[in-house]
Amino acid sequence: MKKIINDSSRVVDEMIEGFCFAHQELVKKIDDYRVIVSRDIENQVGLVSGGGSGHEPAHAGFVGEGMLSAAVCGEVFSSPTPDQVLEGIKASDNGQGVLLVVKNYTGDVLNFDMAKELAEMEDIAVETVLVDDDIAVEDSTYTAGKRGVAGTIFVHKILGAYARQGKTLKELKELGDDLVGRIKTIGVALTAATVPEVGKPGFNLKADELEYGVGIHGEPGYLRETLKTSKDIAKELVEKLSQSFTFKEDGQYGVLVNGLGATPLMEQYVFLNDVKKELAESNMQIAYTKVGNYMTSLDMAGLSLTIIEFSGTTEIAALNEEVTTPSWG
Amino acid sequence: MTLTTDETRQWLLEFSKRIQEQKQYLSDLDQAIGDGDHGSNMARGVTAVEDMIKDDSLTKPSEVMKKAAMAMISKVGGASGPLYGSAFLDMSKIIDEESLPEVVEAGLNAIKKRGKAELEDKTMVDMWGPVVEALKTDTLTQAFIEETMEATKPLKAKKGRASYLNERSIGHLDPGAVSSGYLFIAMIEEVGKND
Ligand SMILES: Nc1ncnc2c1ncn2[C@@H]1O[C@H](COP(=O)(O)OP(=O)(O)O)[C@@H](O)[C@H]1O
Ligand SMILES: [Mg+2]
Repeated sequence: MKKIINDSSRVVDEMIEGFCFAHQELVKKIDDYRVIVSRDIENQVGLVSGGGSGHEPAHAGFVGEGMLSAAVCGEVFSSPTPDQVLEGIKASDNGQGVLLVVKNYTGDVLNFDMAKELAEMEDIAVETVLVDDDIAVEDSTYTAGKRGVAGTIFVHKILGAYARQGKTLKELKELGDDLVGRIKTIGVALTAATVPEVGKPGFNLKADELEYGVGIHGEPGYLRETLKTSKDIAKELVEKLSQSFTFKEDGQYGVLVNGLGATPLMEQYVFLNDVKKELAESNMQIAYTKVGNYMTSLDMAGLSLTIIEFSGTTEIAALNEEVTTPSWG
Repeated sequence: MTLTTDETRQWLLEFSKRIQEQKQYLSDLDQAIGDGDHGSNMARGVTAVEDMIKDDSLTKPSEVMKKAAMAMISKVGGASGPLYGSAFLDMSKIIDEESLPEVVEAGLNAIKKRGKAELEDKTMVDMWGPVVEALKTDTLTQAFIEETMEATKPLKAKKGRASYLNERSIGHLDPGAVSSGYLFIAMIEEVGKND
């Protein structure tokens, strides 16, 4: 393992210290907790997210005016505990309640559920929006359901804008549930991530192999192949996505190319260029584009492609609104 | 017969010892069908349990069990933290009055309520369920617990991370069922010792 760290068990705490030092005008840490709170807690419904660490800049990088009120950081790739989430909820509540944006993993769901119950015992109204955009996993009653991945950042941004506009908790919950159903993501990995405390890669791919459908914690995907060109990868991922959307000719869509950690921006732009060509064949309109490392998986090489089907121009406007956060850009 | 405070404490300390001894093994089991952190998650939890139940001022089994629940809830994370935590918490509510089969059954029900898993979903329910039945018929032995661990091998996971693997989850032990097995082996060893 080759990493710039000190003690693998202290990585999360040391990262948080550094992060809060770098962005001290925007965020602060709650003492004794791994919770990062916006300095600008507005008079609105609070928006809290979080999950395992190792996905930076998610989620703490999206804390700030117009996006999240707080982010709760778990151990690397492991959900934060209920007491931590509860602190995030308490710090974000202004009497109008708090909306939790949770990626759909059993650990996250159970821990955030318990936090919700604890907060309700303290008379804070809490609702949850579950993000499950990863179409690599089949959604059936026989699995824990689809996973939440990069599409989560669209939920943060759009609901962040709506919360700023003064929407109520109930409205945000309904808008969020509807939004999540129109966001789909599929990833491809070239190498696995190495969790510092584990010290070795989570899975092994040969030097010339890639794997489609890998999750952001290294969950196995649906197909291994010999390395392809960007064009072929774009074709595969767009094809897979078009099976879960019926692209409408007059429909408006947004695209996110998300780097998983070790893939250069150069390659992400090359890939976006191919995605653009693939999508042109469906005659759909791309009304919004974003490229970069937003929901990473430590040092995994690879990327994911997210498509959102907009319900109307308000969602596009919500994505384009200015925010003051460390990492939205 | 209800448990004494000391038995409850010794039970949990023995559980902690076993988890720490098997930390790597539990993580290896989780690496095969999950994300490889069950051993470190559990070790973090039981270390906190030890710290919190050492306190001599705890005079009732329920106080010890509740401390253990809080430690698991606030230190483990992952799926197993809220599940063990909810189990211990509901066990603490009746442990002063009821005997072992009822106490463990309260834990089982808490796990099922929180995680919504049923028997044969390849989760810790596949340890807690059979153990409750065996306790009721007074047939619980270490051998039975070990067989029950093995019995999770052919199952296909329907809950938790392992469910992403579908058929590929078959042929591996469920890590949560194994760690729960250690809880019950520790129980056999420490509860009722002085009868
Ligand atoms: N819904 C559920 N109900 C009961 N037990 C579950 C459920 N989901 C997961 N588990 C148990 O949790 C164990 C995994 O725990 P752990 O690795 O600590 O958490 P995570 O899966 O979040 O990484 C599984 O082996 C299984 O026994
Ligand atoms: Mg695990």
